[in-house]
Amino acid sequence: MNQPTILDLIGTGPNGWGMALAAATVMTILIAVAGFAIGAVIGVFGAWAKVSGGPVTRGIAGFYTTVLRGIPDLLVIYLFYFGGSAAVTAIGRLFGAEGFIGFPGFLAGALAVGITSGAQQTEVFRGAFKAVHPGELEAATACGMSRSLRFRRILAPLTLRHAIPGMGNVWQVVLKESALVSVTGVVELLRQSQIGAGSTGLPFDFYVIAAAIYLAISTVSGGLLQLGEKRFTRGVRRG
Amino acid sequence: MDLPFLYETFLSLVAAVPLTLQLAASAIVLGAFLALGLALCRLSGILPLDWFARTYIFVFRGTPLLVQIFLIYYGLGQFREVRQSMFWVVLRDPYWCAVIALMLNTAAYSAEIIRGGLLSVPFGQIEAARACGMSRLMTFRRITLPLAIRQALPGYSNEMISMVKATSLASIITIMEVTGVAAKIISETYRAIEVFVVAGAIYLAINFILTRLVALAEYQLSPHLRQPAALPSTPTGAAR
Repeated sequence: MNQPTILDLIGTGPNGWGMALAAATVMTILIAVAGFAIGAVIGVFGAWAKVSGGPVTRGIAGFYTTVLRGIPDLLVIYLFYFGGSAAVTAIGRLFGAEGFIGFPGFLAGALAVGITSGAQQTEVFRGAFKAVHPGELEAATACGMSRSLRFRRILAPLTLRHAIPGMGNVWQVVLKESALVSVTGVVELLRQSQIGAGSTGLPFDFYVIAAAIYLAISTVSGGLLQLGEKRFTRGVRRG
Repeated sequence: MDLPFLYETFLSLVAAVPLTLQLAASAIVLGAFLALGLALCRLSGILPLDWFARTYIFVFRGTPLLVQIFLIYYGLGQFREVRQSMFWVVLRDPYWCAVIALMLNTAAYSAEIIRGGLLSVPFGQIEAARACGMSRLMTFRRITLPLAIRQALPGYSNEMISMVKATSLASIITIMEVTGVAAKIISETYRAIEVFVVAGAIYLAINFILTRLVALAEYQLSPHLRQPAALPSTPTGAAR
C-alpha cells in the first residue's frame, strides 16, 4: 500500500485529515482566546491591586504573580484537571451520584492557561499603567472628569497603548501553552496530531503539520497585533 | 492537613530533583553554545548564515515546545534510515530526546538575548582593544564577549528560569522528573492540591536559588558599579 503523502493528510480525501485538523485548529484558538481573556481580566484586577491596593491586597497579588510565574504551567494544568475532577466528584457524591465524575478538560485547560497568563498580564498592565504620564490624569481631573469618565476616556486607552506590545508577547506564550492542554484529552491541534500519528503511523508528518499550523497562527496573530499597535499609537509623535 | 502524606510526597518529589536539574543544566549549557553560534550567524553579515539563523529562530520560537519534543521523540522514529543509523542509540532514549529538544528550543530564545548583548557593547571599547593591538579573536574573547555576557545576563536569567519550568514537559515522554512524579502521585491518590503545593514549592525553591546565583554572577561581573571598598583609614596626623 502506498504511504499517503503530507498533501493527502491535510486534504479532505479518503486519507485526508483536513477537516479534523481544521476543527482541532479552531479548538486550539478557542482555548488560547479563552485563556487569554481570563488572564486579561485577572491581569487588570491584579494590576489594580498592585497599584492602588493596601498592604494586604498588594501582598496577595505579589504572592500570586511570584508563585504562578515560578512554577511550570503543566503542573497548574494538572492541578485544575485532577483537582477539578476530585472536587466535582465530591460534590456529586453529596447529591448522591456514584463513582467518578470527570472535570471538563476544556474548562480546566482554559482556567489553567488563564491563571498562568494572568500573572504575566498583571505585570504587563502594571508596567503600562506606570508608563501613563501623571500629567494626563491631572489634566483630566482639571477638566472636571469624574473618576469613571477619566478611567474610560483617559486611563484605559493610554494604558492599553503601552500594554499592547506586552500583551502580544503574552498572547504568543498562551498560544504555545495551549498545546499543553492536550494532556487533559481535549482534542486540540496537538492531541489531534497525536491521534492521527497513532492511526497512520506517520508521526513525523503529523507533527510537522501541527508545527506549521502553530507557526501560521502565531504569524497571522502577530501581524494583527502589530496593526493594533499602530492604531493605538497613532497619536504618538515619533522622532 | 495530612502532614505524613505531605512529608511522604515531599520525599518522593525531592528524589526527582536531581533529574530535573540535570535536564535543565544540560539543556542550558549546550543551548548556550548553539545560541552563541546563532547570534554570531545573525551578526556575521553573511546573508545565507543570517537567513539560516533567522529561520531557525522563527520556527523554534513560533511552535510549542511540546510539538518539538514529539517531533524529535516520536517523529524521527518514523524513518527507517534514522532507526538504522548510529544516532538511534541517542534518539530512542527519551532522556536525550528531551535534552535535544530543550537545547534546540532554548538556543532560539537565547540567541536573540545574546545578540542584544553583543550589539550593546559600545564600539569605543572594541576600538580601544584594536588600538592596543589585539587580534579580532582576542578582542572578541577578552572584550566583546565578557561585556556582552554582563549586558545579557538579566534577560538570560529569565530564559534559564523558563528552561527549569520547561523541563516539566519531559514528563510527557515518560521521564520521571519532579512533574512526572507529581502527576503519578496525583493520579494514584487524586489529592491534586497537596501534591501541587509540594511540587510548586520545590520549583519555586529551585528558581529562587537560581535567581540568587545569577544576581551573584551579575555582582561579580560589574565591579565598576560597586562602591569602592573602603580604604584602610590612615591616621590623619601621619599624612602631613
